[in-house]
Amino acid sequence: MTDDKLIQVRDLKKYYNKGAIKALDGVTVDINRGDVMVIIGPSGSGKSTLLRSLNLLEQPTSGQIIFEGVDITKKKDDSGKKLDIDRHRQKMGMVFQHFNLFPHMTTLENMTLAPIQVKKIPEEEARAKAMELLERVGLADRADAYPIQLSGGQKQRVAIVRALAMEPDVMLFDEPTSALDPEMVGEVLDVMKKLAHEGMTMAVVTHEMGFAREVGNRVLFMADGKLLEEGTPDQIFNHPQNPRLQDFLSKVL
Amino acid sequence: MLTAQGFSKALEYWRLFLQGVACTVSLSALTVLIGFVLALILATCRMGRSRILKAIATVYVELFRATPMVVQIFIIFYVVFDGVKVLPGFKLFGFIRFERFFPAVVALSLNSGAYLSEIIRSGIQSIDGGQTEAARSLGLSAWQNMRFVVLPQAIKNILPAIANEFVTIIKESAICYTIGVQDIMSAVNAVKGATYRMGEALVIATALYFCLTYPTSKIIAYFERKMSVGDRR
Repeated sequence: MTDDKLIQVRDLKKYYNKGAIKALDGVTVDINRGDVMVIIGPSGSGKSTLLRSLNLLEQPTSGQIIFEGVDITKKKDDSGKKLDIDRHRQKMGMVFQHFNLFPHMTTLENMTLAPIQVKKIPEEEARAKAMELLERVGLADRADAYPIQLSGGQKQRVAIVRALAMEPDVMLFDEPTSALDPEMVGEVLDVMKKLAHEGMTMAVVTHEMGFAREVGNRVLFMADGKLLEEGTPDQIFNHPQNPRLQDFLSKVL
Repeated sequence: MLTAQGFSKALEYWRLFLQGVACTVSLSALTVLIGFVLALILATCRMGRSRILKAIATVYVELFRATPMVVQIFIIFYVVFDGVKVLPGFKLFGFIRFERFFPAVVALSLNSGAYLSEIIRSGIQSIDGGQTEAARSLGLSAWQNMRFVVLPQAIKNILPAIANEFVTIIKESAICYTIGVQDIMSAVNAVKGATYRMGEALVIATALYFCLTYPTSKIIAYFERKMSVGDRR
């Protein structure tokens, strides 16, 4: 079964101000291949910090993150070789709340920058691959548009395929629909649903309970930097145990 | 009073003005080049992790920004290079006296490096942190992030400020005549000594400085327009 474990998080802690603020207070969780893991919880619960720690955008204070068998929190491995975090990050796509498209590049340039510069894929091949991905999310006609010319929903779809262009093993979504106008949330969730059905491993921080219920196979509930409850969508939404979770659900559902 | 006769007299010294232009241009160009490299180093130090380098760079920048240019240039020329005693006395292009020109370049570069580093630093820091996060999450290295994502956006933002600094250097370089550099202002001084008239020479100098600074700012404005493609809907 260990083969199926893509990411193993062990007792992860992230403290600010010498421990005065505990953004993450000892989180242990496994992400298996093919999982669509949805993380919910009140704001300030540490769910974004957990997600951003997975690819070390946040440097954890202590604990381990074992990604594809390698502990990426260690600066050097057992044989003394320096950890190449860039190589691991290529395998983890990330989608941000505020899209973070590169404004000085077209859609296509946004998508081909990393494949060309990091993976050293020939430009022609990278462009063809990018066009194929754009086709899949219905944005082929926006290939030469600059981000400012796109709607919020289009930007986020481009951000998703930009990450997919690196052919990652897991996709991390950090509140991907929170900055969108309500009418654009659907188009982004649709792309994510499609991705989940194709078998992509996903970790999603979101306030979209409908998505968590419908698409997720596991739901995590976090509060105060701790993982308080974990289960299937049915367990979490229909039979919540922890009083904090019951309280949270009564407010958002 | 300016007179036509005065102009024709002043223009008899056209060779001095021409040499002055050559001197001012090479002085400014060298300053821009050296100042920019220095500014990049200073900006890197100030944004880097080393506290010692950060402190040194900060003290340097604040010191040079808080003291008058003329004091700096006198210290460099009279104290650091001990007047004309340290450097070899030969002539560049046959008329620029190296032992005076070189300290001027050093002083101007040190000064503009301080100003430019603050411009570069603010430009880089004005770029949203999400840009770097997106780039690094795609597997780009810190250097690739700088080169492809942060710097192109930062330079576009700070281009007007850099252009302004370049124009400032051309104008500020006029102070170098006080240590005997034969720039445009020194030509004015020479004409004054020879003809006992200054007005016409000053008008000529004004025209020459304008002809140097105005096209410089126009050329940079052109590049600014070319780089702002991503800003238009």
